[in-house]
Amino acid sequence: MSDCSSDENENDTILYRDRPEWKDVTPLKQDDGDEPVVAIDYTEAFEDCYDYFRAILKKKEISERALELTKTAAQLNSANYTVWQYRREILKGLGKDLNEELDYIQKVILKHSKNYQVWHHRRIIVEWLQDASKEKYLTETVLAKDAKNYHAWQHRQWVIRTFKLFDGELEYVDTLISDDVRNNSAWNQRYFVINNTTGFTDEVLDREIDYTLNHIKTVTENESAWNYLRGLLLHGKEGLSNNKKVTDFCEELYKSGNRSPFSLAVIVDMCFEQLNEGGGDSRYTPQRAKELCEELINKYDIIRANYWKHMIEMIDKTMKDENIESSN
Amino acid sequence: MNKSVNLRSIEMIRNSRFNEEDWPTKSSEEQIKVEEDVLRKYEDLHRKLKMSIHLPELLKEQHKKYLCETLFYLPSVYECLDSSRPWLCYWILHPLSLLGVRIDDRRKSSIAKFINKCQSPDGGFAGGPGQYPHLASTYAAILALAILGTEESLNIINRQKLKEFMRSMKQPDGSFAMHIGGEIDIRGAYCAATVASITGILTPELFEGTAEWIVSCQTYEGGFAGAPGMEAHGGYSFCGMSALVILQKGHLIDEQAFLSHKSSLQRWIVQRQMKLEGGFQGRTNKLVDGCYSFWQGGTFPLIYSLLDKAGNSPNDHLFDERALQEYLLICCQNPTGGLIDKPGKHKDVFHTCYTLSGLSVAQRFLNKKRVLGSYRNELIETHPLYNVRPDLARKALLHFNNLGVPTQNLNEGT
Repeated sequence: MSDCSSDENENDTILYRDRPEWKDVTPLKQDDGDEPVVAIDYTEAFEDCYDYFRAILKKKEISERALELTKTAAQLNSANYTVWQYRREILKGLGKDLNEELDYIQKVILKHSKNYQVWHHRRIIVEWLQDASKEKYLTETVLAKDAKNYHAWQHRQWVIRTFKLFDGELEYVDTLISDDVRNNSAWNQRYFVINNTTGFTDEVLDREIDYTLNHIKTVTENESAWNYLRGLLLHGKEGLSNNKKVTDFCEELYKSGNRSPFSLAVIVDMCFEQLNEGGGDSRYTPQRAKELCEELINKYDIIRANYWKHMIEMIDKTMKDENIESSN
Repeated sequence: MNKSVNLRSIEMIRNSRFNEEDWPTKSSEEQIKVEEDVLRKYEDLHRKLKMSIHLPELLKEQHKKYLCETLFYLPSVYECLDSSRPWLCYWILHPLSLLGVRIDDRRKSSIAKFINKCQSPDGGFAGGPGQYPHLASTYAAILALAILGTEESLNIINRQKLKEFMRSMKQPDGSFAMHIGGEIDIRGAYCAATVASITGILTPELFEGTAEWIVSCQTYEGGFAGAPGMEAHGGYSFCGMSALVILQKGHLIDEQAFLSHKSSLQRWIVQRQMKLEGGFQGRTNKLVDGCYSFWQGGTFPLIYSLLDKAGNSPNDHLFDERALQEYLLICCQNPTGGLIDKPGKHKDVFHTCYTLSGLSVAQRFLNKKRVLGSYRNELIETHPLYNVRPDLARKALLHFNNLGVPTQNLNEGT
């Protein structure tokens, strides 16, 4: 849901109806009809500002005072997309200095960083200016407070892709992963960078597998790293079960007594892959997959027992189908 | 067969705590804090259980009262949702309908009239009277009108204009913008597909390239992101999956999605259920939130129908429906009515809507009951694609599909 925090005594508190420079405008009440529903008990300042906003919107007034009014309106409700859209129309109409707008919207974003409209406004201004030089820094400021802020990441990806700013991004991602190895947004960004630069060549895959396994070694129940590993393997020609480095790693982990449910799940998938596609690795049999599913059901991943039961059924079904095929 | 659903033992819950592996990070610290709050709720309940066999109880009367009050009056903290008023209608009307509350005809008429005040002369609905039309407001307005389900409410929608509005939101790559000059993400595609499908204006031309664009939002983790390249996310995954099913392109989700080890969407979704809390998180390594009970939980019926087509129909829910109901009933109810994200948070109509929707999904597998607690906790069923009651969805679909697709205007262009 939108960010409901409100600003306090930021602007001067004089109502628009008491301002001489607005005397010529007749405020326009909201038309909720005779029997309003979901009626919000607006504060006086809110109602006053929006009465004047409706009036200038109706006559499409493009002026400095209208621009100022949209600022107040956006401050009262930063999710009002009509206000932002109209503000852009005014900015264009008056030919305003967009660098000033960039400074302004930065302040708003730092206050309301979980809001679609403010980030979108920023994006349009950057597009108009064709200047993305401040964007990485801004998103880093927001991500320093909330490293998983979806809007900040989306803005950053757009900027990096549009203005080809991939340089240094992998290093940034690495810093975030070092700070919090469980930051899934950072792992996702890692994938994004590689996918849009070098691609997953054999060499890159090898490097990334090493990187990921190293991180799994320290935190074996970190789903982010395991998901990234699966993503890498499904890119490669070898699939899940034919990369020696990965299979050896998982086997070592298992032998050491580790029962990370993510590790067990990957071994189940390796077995299933061999069942479906062949491969001849005697470590990965459907029987082993079913045994691991039982362990997951009863001990290591009880919350997903229903799912692992279904997995056993799927393995049985596949075995049955394969037998029918081979006997034909 | 209906099956009785029993609480997890408190020992089982205690043993489900997060394993930090001596490597504390911000994510693990936040997770452990939430687990402590949740565990306290579960411990309390298990103590009270000895005195009352009716627990856990869905506080239906309190929720009804809270929702009925908010339908007419919202305090000024809701100013931040002044551009989401059709949403407010939907977030209130839908849970009321799941609770079986009948709204009298006079009130229905005044709600319909208010929503009509949000209808734009350019087609579509706005976040409030006099604002610009918005695809998400349009979605919410049309679902709210469908829930009212009267001739008056359904006839309010100007389908010709609506179609023109939707065409103006459509992008060359198949995606949809939320409003003129607005942001583009997967919500647009879902809202457009839902609206077009319910009102009977869905044409192949309007959605050319949309399914392919949605598929490009699926990530290496298996879930869908808001836009290509972004992180898999619960709300966006629901949007992506539902839109594909509505557009009859469910098979595009991933080639072998429902056959084997490569079923990454299915795997990603089942992994989102939290082992101690029982509720769902929105993204990997994030915190539980009651609203994902629907965004994640609600995709399961869609997965079942796709699995069924592949001949792999499951015998039961693929998630733990008992743990999800525990989380919702024990951790997400405000004693004075209304539901919440997680313990310690304030109630609001958004969370009340999606927690109760998720509860309704968890309470049945296909047509079999899976109700935790007394039978009185049961809610009415919800439609997995539209998230309105199936009878109301059918009524609207029938109403509009009998009217046929509105023909193009002469001045409508190409």
